[in-house]
Amino acid sequence: MSVLEVAGLAKTYQRNRKPLEAIRELTFTVDAGQLVCVVGPSGAGKTTLLRCIAGLLEPTSGEVRLNGEKVTGPPRGMAVVFQEYGRSLFPWMTVRQNVERPLIEKRLSKPDRRAAVDEALSAVGLLDSHDAHPWQLSGGMQQRVAIARAIAYQPSVLVMDEPFAAVDAQTRAELEDLVRSIWQRLNVTIVFVTHDIDEAVYLGQRVLVLSNRPTVVLEDVTVDLPAERDQISTRSHARFAELRAHVYRLVQQAKKGLRETSPTL
Amino acid sequence: MIRRIVAAVALPVVLIALWWLLTANSTSYFWPPLADILKVLPDTWFGERARTDIAPSIARLLIGYLCALVIGVAAGVAIGISPVLRALTEPSLEFFRAIPPPVLVPVIALFAGYTGSLSKVITIALGCLWPILLNTVEGVRGVDEVLLDTARSYRLPRHSVILPAAGPQIAAGARQALSIAVILMVISELFGASNGIGASVVQFQRSFAVPQMWTGIIVLGLLGVLLSLIFRVAEHRALAWYRGWRDAERASR
Repeated sequence: MSVLEVAGLAKTYQRNRKPLEAIRELTFTVDAGQLVCVVGPSGAGKTTLLRCIAGLLEPTSGEVRLNGEKVTGPPRGMAVVFQEYGRSLFPWMTVRQNVERPLIEKRLSKPDRRAAVDEALSAVGLLDSHDAHPWQLSGGMQQRVAIARAIAYQPSVLVMDEPFAAVDAQTRAELEDLVRSIWQRLNVTIVFVTHDIDEAVYLGQRVLVLSNRPTVVLEDVTVDLPAERDQISTRSHARFAELRAHVYRLVQQAKKGLRETSPTL
Repeated sequence: MIRRIVAAVALPVVLIALWWLLTANSTSYFWPPLADILKVLPDTWFGERARTDIAPSIARLLIGYLCALVIGVAAGVAIGISPVLRALTEPSLEFFRAIPPPVLVPVIALFAGYTGSLSKVITIALGCLWPILLNTVEGVRGVDEVLLDTARSYRLPRHSVILPAAGPQIAAGARQALSIAVILMVISELFGASNGIGASVVQFQRSFAVPQMWTGIIVLGLLGVLLSLIFRVAEHRALAWYRGWRDAERASR
């Protein structure tokens, strides 16, 4: 059953009265409980796609459907984790208040909110820091707060926009495993946008490779790696190397302007 | 802590001591010894006058200031959010801000009466409005896009993010406005008023009660210091997050 449908999505910006075609035509679906990564060369319209999915940007044509309902504004069942964690958390609130704030808007009762916040914070390993303000935490911990806020919201789809682009490599590996474990435990559907090919293959069940602008889907790669993944054995897996090389080649070709492929793998 | 207090108090103490020494043997009618001034201060202000002059002045000041705060923040948020409204109002706002508020005193008095409180309140409110309004507009415009996107995606009301995020800039406007409020309170009372601290100072001057006139200056100074102290305490508490956040930003650069 598909939770998210993107059908014939196109977006053309008007910049200085000149049309700039960012997305030509994107069509794909995401099934409930899937973890789909989206990669593409830089400037491939990944952020545009994400903003259209999140209802923050209106597509020029085509549509996005969440649970069968057309997305016309930020939908109820979606949470977004932005790349810029430092600018996405409310600095005047504590960690707990940040996670709780959307739940107040959702009209959850106080005990329910408390339970949800505690659960989300312990899932990301930050229950002890609930009284701190976000800016008192390291970058990686701040992004954990943003993830906790998103999962406490219990979205049908969790959208992540290059969430680990701004943290150091070690923190990044930890956060990748955190996303995997949260995904497995809480059974959420995740759309994970990244420019990092290794990250996409390591995390995803599927990797959508986007073409250069104006964007189309170049290939929908199925990641047939075992469900139990860890940084050492998965990354040294022969199949991981193959998939990585395949996606890498696709992205390189996309950079050169390739717009269609025949399934080869 | 003790060092900071000493540092803060040192200069005023020196100035008061100078004033005391330089006027100690003064025989000038217009420069009475500070000792004489201080001797008449309590009787002048803390008796009947506290109720008939100090209280009305403070009431006018606070009402005018609070009106400006409410209107300025509300209008500032509306203008800051809407590019259309901003394009329409910004040139006129610049014009109104350029008018020195004291010049409004005689104009407003024409419409709202010379001696009553209403014209004072309007003068104070109008003078305080511009710094609050313009700072709010700037603050709202400067709210981080990512913060707004976050609020939108969680379906939070926009103002629930805009107001705290613009809080530091709004506070900066409110601080400027507070000193303007004190100035306008006095000026509007000097111009024409049946009571108030400013009116009393004029009255003392005209009746050659020179030491009393000087006490009026001291009371006004103390009032200004007290108000800004209260403001700073409130700001300190409300914007504690901002200082921490700013320091963290600086440290990370």
